[in-house]
Amino acid sequence: MTSFAKPLKIALGLIVIAGLIVVPMNFNRYGLFILSQWAVMTIAAMGLNLTLGYAGQVSLAQGAFVGIGAYAAAIMTTHGWPLPAAIVVAIVLSFAVGWVLGYPALRVQHHYLAFVTLAFSTLAFLVFRNESWLTGGIYGISNIPRPHIFGFATNKPLPFYYVCLGSLAIVSAAVWWLIRSPWGRAFMALRENPLRAQSLGIDTRRYTLMAFAIGSALGGIAGALYAPLTQYIDPVPFNLSLSLDLLMMVIVGGAGFYFGPFLGAMIAVLLPEWLRFTEGYYLMIYAVAVMLLLIWSPTGILGILDRYLAERRTKAASALRAVAKSRLETVQ
Amino acid sequence: MSNLFDLLVAGLATGAIYALVAVGFTLLWQTSQTINFAQGEFVMLPAFLMLAAMHAGAPFWLAIILGILLSMILLGLAFKLLLVDPMMRHGVLPLAIATMALAIGLKEAVKQFFSAEASPFPSIVPTGDISILGHAVSLQSIGVLVVAILAVFGLTTLLNRTSLGHQMQAAAQNPTVARIIGVPVERMILLTFLINAFLVALASLLITPIYLAKFSSGEVLGQAAFIAAIVGGFNQVRGAIAGGLLIGVLDNLAASYVSTQYRAAVPLIFLIVVILFRPQGLLGRAEERTV
Repeated sequence: MTSFAKPLKIALGLIVIAGLIVVPMNFNRYGLFILSQWAVMTIAAMGLNLTLGYAGQVSLAQGAFVGIGAYAAAIMTTHGWPLPAAIVVAIVLSFAVGWVLGYPALRVQHHYLAFVTLAFSTLAFLVFRNESWLTGGIYGISNIPRPHIFGFATNKPLPFYYVCLGSLAIVSAAVWWLIRSPWGRAFMALRENPLRAQSLGIDTRRYTLMAFAIGSALGGIAGALYAPLTQYIDPVPFNLSLSLDLLMMVIVGGAGFYFGPFLGAMIAVLLPEWLRFTEGYYLMIYAVAVMLLLIWSPTGILGILDRYLAERRTKAASALRAVAKSRLETVQ
Repeated sequence: MSNLFDLLVAGLATGAIYALVAVGFTLLWQTSQTINFAQGEFVMLPAFLMLAAMHAGAPFWLAIILGILLSMILLGLAFKLLLVDPMMRHGVLPLAIATMALAIGLKEAVKQFFSAEASPFPSIVPTGDISILGHAVSLQSIGVLVVAILAVFGLTTLLNRTSLGHQMQAAAQNPTVARIIGVPVERMILLTFLINAFLVALASLLITPIYLAKFSSGEVLGQAAFIAAIVGGFNQVRGAIAGGLLIGVLDNLAASYVSTQYRAAVPLIFLIVVILFRPQGLLGRAEERTV
């Protein structure tokens, strides 16, 4: 990415952020709902990107953590607790469960790990559905209130969109910092070469569990925002397909790229809306598009960009080399 | 006691179908490192192909043949050439994700072009009960068991007793050496894809009369076959057979002895325990661990 001038990048970022704040102001209710959903799903996908993209631990359970966060928020806010308190509980709960789910990763890797987390995902769904004394069972929990932030009511779609966007900004900043900290580097070491990481003195055990726990905690935050967004939750949205969808978002966007989840969530949440004019065909088109993209570039959309930039760099470097060589020859 | 006997027979019958699907699943893994997340949808689709043939006026027997042939072309040949071949060199995960997308696409296509409603499907075995050792046993269960056992027996004979089967095993276990000694590895891999397509079409034919043809019916079935394959041993055909029968019986016993609400949880917990304490599966060989 070095070929982009740094001020240009900053300017581009500011334009996108300003656009996200200003443009939705005259969106209708549904448009705002979709954009809020994009922000929430991006948070969940960022969590999975930490676990999978940076630390290299396959997880098919991120949807379950969104569910855990959503139920924690729904149960607490309908009992009169403020949303920030519920978010804290959602983080702690998902972190703890994610930590425990990390233990199998110490024993088994790759596809076996995927299967364990897949089983966990379905088990969590069964608990949401069957423990009706806590979760309302198949009838779910309705009338989930939206919060008051610094005295402002966020009942209307636009203010609550800003709550989601603000949360996304905070989480993005935290993840940005995390992957540049020694922790982030340890995660990547874990992904690239666990044996070498261990011999360099990195406590791979602790970092594996941490990768799971932090990724899951972000899923919990997403869930805690999802509950007041829809204001009604039942077990169905948190079944295995949410976990698979989130995994697709991360891979399609580009696993291990910081902006991958933003793009992946955009494609998964917004593309079906843009394709709505095709009526019943939109999910089919989406499925075919994902397959074609993966055939073309298994590292996702940002993988294409990355390859393109790398190619340009190599070309620029060889051009420089050629110039230097010809100069050398003319001197002689 | 009679209750337990009925449960065992019904469990073995569903388990036999799981085994068929799980065997195909393990074959794909062994020869091409494909984790097929669309395997359940692969079982759902042939029933609709057969229904479509019958709607076009074909008699049931012809519809079955057409359905199986079309499955082998679409789910065997086309699946391998269009999706697996271009993606195989990219590793396990991108291909697995692509099959997840394929599962969505197949479900939506059936919903859109056929029906979102469940359709009844004729049974190849006459309905009714016969008496075995004083117990009434449904003919359908017996028929399913017999067909599944014959299919599995045929497959294991092919793999273990014929030159073709030995070549397939060689291609799966060590493609490089197999190529050197003259095994047409590519053709062998294609053959396993065709066999998988045949097995899922057969499973479709056996299970659809029991659970009706519905676009979403592959989800449960795919997961059951998935669990069966892992529990039995991901890299062994006989492991997948044992796993399928075990999960079928376990599922049926859990429904009546644990609770109907948590019946689905029992195989899952069993799966987690097996992976943690015997990751290669009950009958599998230990694989090399990357870490």
